[in-house]
Amino acid sequence: MNLDLKNYTLFLADNALILGQRLGEWCGHGPVLEQDIALTNISLDHLGQSRMLLQYAAKQVGNGATEDSLAFFRNEGEFRNLLITELPNNDWAYTLAKHFLFDTFNFFQYEFLMNSKDETIQAIARKAIKEIAYHAQFSAEWIIRMGDGTEESHQRVQNAIDELWMYTGEMFVADSSSEAMTKAAVAPDYALLKEQWQEKVSQVLEIATLVKPEEGWMQKGGREGKHTEHMGYILAEMQHLPRTYPTAKW
Amino acid sequence: MDKPNDNWKIWEVFIRSKNGLSHKHVGSLHAPDADMAIKNARDVYTRRSEGISIWVVPSEAVTASSPDEKEPLFTPADDKVYRHPTFYEIPSEIGHM
Repeated sequence: MNLDLKNYTLFLADNALILGQRLGEWCGHGPVLEQDIALTNISLDHLGQSRMLLQYAAKQVGNGATEDSLAFFRNEGEFRNLLITELPNNDWAYTLAKHFLFDTFNFFQYEFLMNSKDETIQAIARKAIKEIAYHAQFSAEWIIRMGDGTEESHQRVQNAIDELWMYTGEMFVADSSSEAMTKAAVAPDYALLKEQWQEKVSQVLEIATLVKPEEGWMQKGGREGKHTEHMGYILAEMQHLPRTYPTAKW
Repeated sequence: MDKPNDNWKIWEVFIRSKNGLSHKHVGSLHAPDADMAIKNARDVYTRRSEGISIWVVPSEAVTASSPDEKEPLFTPADDKVYRHPTFYEIPSEIGHM
């Protein structure tokens, strides 16, 4: 087993799984029916992507591992998702700001993965890129609407961007497994993605009449399994049923 | 504070399911502008691959016939059976028309 490939596959899978799980909390609580359905669709897109990636990770883990055992029976320290994906949704502005910052990163990441040297990751990326491009467009449009909207929406989305900024740094700092995958041309060079991300984010924030935060101190740890205090709660909700009734069938 | 729906107009949604067919009315939805109406229609009405093209029209732009005028508008057609193309035989080579 290639440990770095397994870790890297889990990084991709866990970002999609945790973000999708978190976004699903909006189901039934959206401000209007149409946006409730839109967010639920996006949540399911993420879960679909995470399933493909977890199936691939399960093959590498072996020993009877499945997509379900990886989703429901791993502990917090074994999840490799970025911290930004596990943060609470708070209000509409915060949720969309979180998705905008992540989706933009995810789009450039998957644009590279479409030509990854790993054939399975390449195939998954080619399938997922259409959804991911739509997500990036969807969240960017909402940032523009809110930033260039009312005084209240502008203030809320600006606050959200300011608060979330310190969670964007770890997107571009590879862990040792990602680094090995970059050398093998399986993964993008994350430091290089930063330029593309900065350019796109700056462009959208400017149209939205929002102020881009200064570079500053950045949180990190997700890629190595060190998570925020929010991660335990999200896993408890996601995992308690299969852990209580391991043989339960849907 | 405004309620969320105060400036969300109602739009009528038309979907074309495949090339060659015409757009059909499928329902309505809320959206603040045409762009978002298209996006919302995509999420609400085409999740199961129902369409390849979407039209949205502000509901207020639709002029509807009045229910009071039902009789003068529609009953005169009821006794004019000759308007239906049922009085001649279709050659079997033509098949379905």
